[in-house]
Amino acid sequence: MTPREALAGVAAVPGAAKPDPHLVVDAVRRDFGGMRAVDVEHLEVQRGVITGLIGPNGAGKTTLFNVLTGFDRADSGHWAFDGRNASGLPAHRLARRGMVRTFQLTRVLSRLTVLENMKLAAVGQRGERFGPALLRPLWSAQEARVERHADELLTRFRLAAKRDDYAGYLSGGQRKLLEMARALMVDPALVLLDEPMAGVNPALRQDLLGHITDLRDAGRTVLFVEHDMDVVMTISDWVVCMAEGRIIAEGPPAAVAGNRAVIDAYLGSRHDEPEFREGR
Amino acid sequence: MDLMVILSDAGRGALGPVAAIYALAAVGLNIHFGYTGLLNFGHVAFMLVGAYGVAVTVAVYDGPLWLGALVGLIGAGLLALLLGLPTLRLRADYLAIATIAAGEVLRIVFNAGFAQPVTGGVYGLQQFAGAFYAVNPIPSGSYGLGPLSFTQRDVWVMLVGWGAVALAALGLFLLVHSPWGRVLRAIREDEEAVRSLGKNVYGYKIQSLVLGGLIGAAGGILLAVDAQSVTPNTFNPVVTFYLYTLLILGGAGTVLGPVLGSVLFWFLLSFADSALRQAIGAGYVSPQVIEPADVGALRFALVGLGLVLLLVFRPEGILGNRAEMRLEAGAAGTPRRPRRRPPNQVSGRIKEEAGQ
Ligand SMILES: Nc1ncnc2c1ncn2[C@@H]1O[C@H](COP(=O)(O)OP(=O)(O)O)[C@@H](O)[C@H]1O
Ligand SMILES: [Mg+2]
Repeated sequence: MTPREALAGVAAVPGAAKPDPHLVVDAVRRDFGGMRAVDVEHLEVQRGVITGLIGPNGAGKTTLFNVLTGFDRADSGHWAFDGRNASGLPAHRLARRGMVRTFQLTRVLSRLTVLENMKLAAVGQRGERFGPALLRPLWSAQEARVERHADELLTRFRLAAKRDDYAGYLSGGQRKLLEMARALMVDPALVLLDEPMAGVNPALRQDLLGHITDLRDAGRTVLFVEHDMDVVMTISDWVVCMAEGRIIAEGPPAAVAGNRAVIDAYLGSRHDEPEFREGR
Repeated sequence: MDLMVILSDAGRGALGPVAAIYALAAVGLNIHFGYTGLLNFGHVAFMLVGAYGVAVTVAVYDGPLWLGALVGLIGAGLLALLLGLPTLRLRADYLAIATIAAGEVLRIVFNAGFAQPVTGGVYGLQQFAGAFYAVNPIPSGSYGLGPLSFTQRDVWVMLVGWGAVALAALGLFLLVHSPWGRVLRAIREDEEAVRSLGKNVYGYKIQSLVLGGLIGAAGGILLAVDAQSVTPNTFNPVVTFYLYTLLILGGAGTVLGPVLGSVLFWFLLSFADSALRQAIGAGYVSPQVIEPADVGALRFALVGLGLVLLLVFRPEGILGNRAEMRLEAGAAGTPRRPRRRPPNQVSGRIKEEAGQ
């Protein structure tokens, strides 16, 4: 039974237990002043599938990502990644354990070339330690391997022609591509994508969609935030909806699309304006 | 007014021990500011610790000179940890505040009466580098071309000083072209992104601060040895700002930027100084307009003007990369000078353009 088929028997209720959860979140809260931005009682993310996270603007999706990946602290609660506690761990440790995120507002490293952006992300590089860094023979073979892998990914993401340009000169859509390709250099088991399609033109959107399904087909778990319902409904195996910090519905795409609470949450707020702030 | 004298004064400034000392210290600052993006506004504190490490060990405790240098370096390493451990997890401005304060606090404490038995207070310490000059292999005499000449003592300091600069620049070259250097440059751009890729940003920033601090201390050690004297007021905050000036002049974030910057800075400063004195001496400028005593201040005004002009026309510094600079300023668009394009793509691009 594939991970996707396993979801068939899961009840479409918030907090539903999954047959093979990759990420398990318990009682996670995050308050900003008097406002509770995240208030997740229980959430399980099934391994090896694409889970879409939807919800109107300000629902707390980015804040939840930030908390789970160690970029923000939770006021309470705990969560486990791959069966091991992940709460309170620094972001870089979680990334090394295989939980890698991208940002709603892309964070390419402008004054590094596209290739350098990619090579930076490879894990376990000997030359990244101070001593060996001084002696090229100690790391040049590994560097060549990293570069080959980076070039493969750049070709796959159609960025090969830009490889030696500064990343700061890429267009918005290319930056999204680079960020996703770069995350892959870490070889993550779980990828959290925060609005990977925002501000991307329709042609590139198709590319990005393909890359997201490729991630799943390569056996990775994907949790992604998206506003465009059509996109979410086409590629997600499972959809979770947040509103005002809480999980208000989850289930297979069709079930969530027809869910009363979800429709109310969207109608009750305007969600179409673009966001200009990266929630932290 | 003798142009030869002016030029040889300028040449002496550009190549002399002081230029080497500033170049060395600026290599350290370049690691902080140019490569890692750390705002260290108290680099002079590392120089002070290096200089006093030598002076106190030798002059007060009768230790050997090499031990003094070691004490200076260890002290600078500890200072870097003291400044970095609490602040480098926080926003960039905390390090800036801590470093600028540390420089002033050290200067004031070393000046204070209660510290006098160890630091010599305002009088400082003198004549502790005899061992260095005792091993001078340069035969006595005068070296140079015409009026541009150095004593054997100067030549010895310059040899060691520029040797140290070359060594530091070589080390930095190797480091910035390694994956380690790539992480530092990435942190300069956006540390959150680097963290998201599994790098321990805090650890790298500490390493950068310690390494740059050690090189700054080496500059301080050289300063003490060259002058055979240290006083706290040598290490006032303006030294840090000269270092920033020459670093930006040469090109921050380039390996040779601080070296070229220091040579140019001291060339210009000595040139302005000598030219003004000559002009007053020859009667071109009336002493009522500029007194010889004002020259010291006025030369800085002239050099400042020159720097302003340079930065208007070449904001990235002499060795800096303009395409990179425009990104820093937040400008987008297509690069006018893309870097390191592989040959096959260059030809591909030309063909494309020719075909249109
Ligand atoms: N750093 C912050 N300080 C204060 N409030 C914040 C901060 N980050 C997010 N918020 C608030 O938390 C709520 C959730 O924001 P966010 O997680 O960005 O929502 P989403 O990504 O679902 O659109 C919003 O009301 C937002 O204004
Ligand atoms: Mg968001």
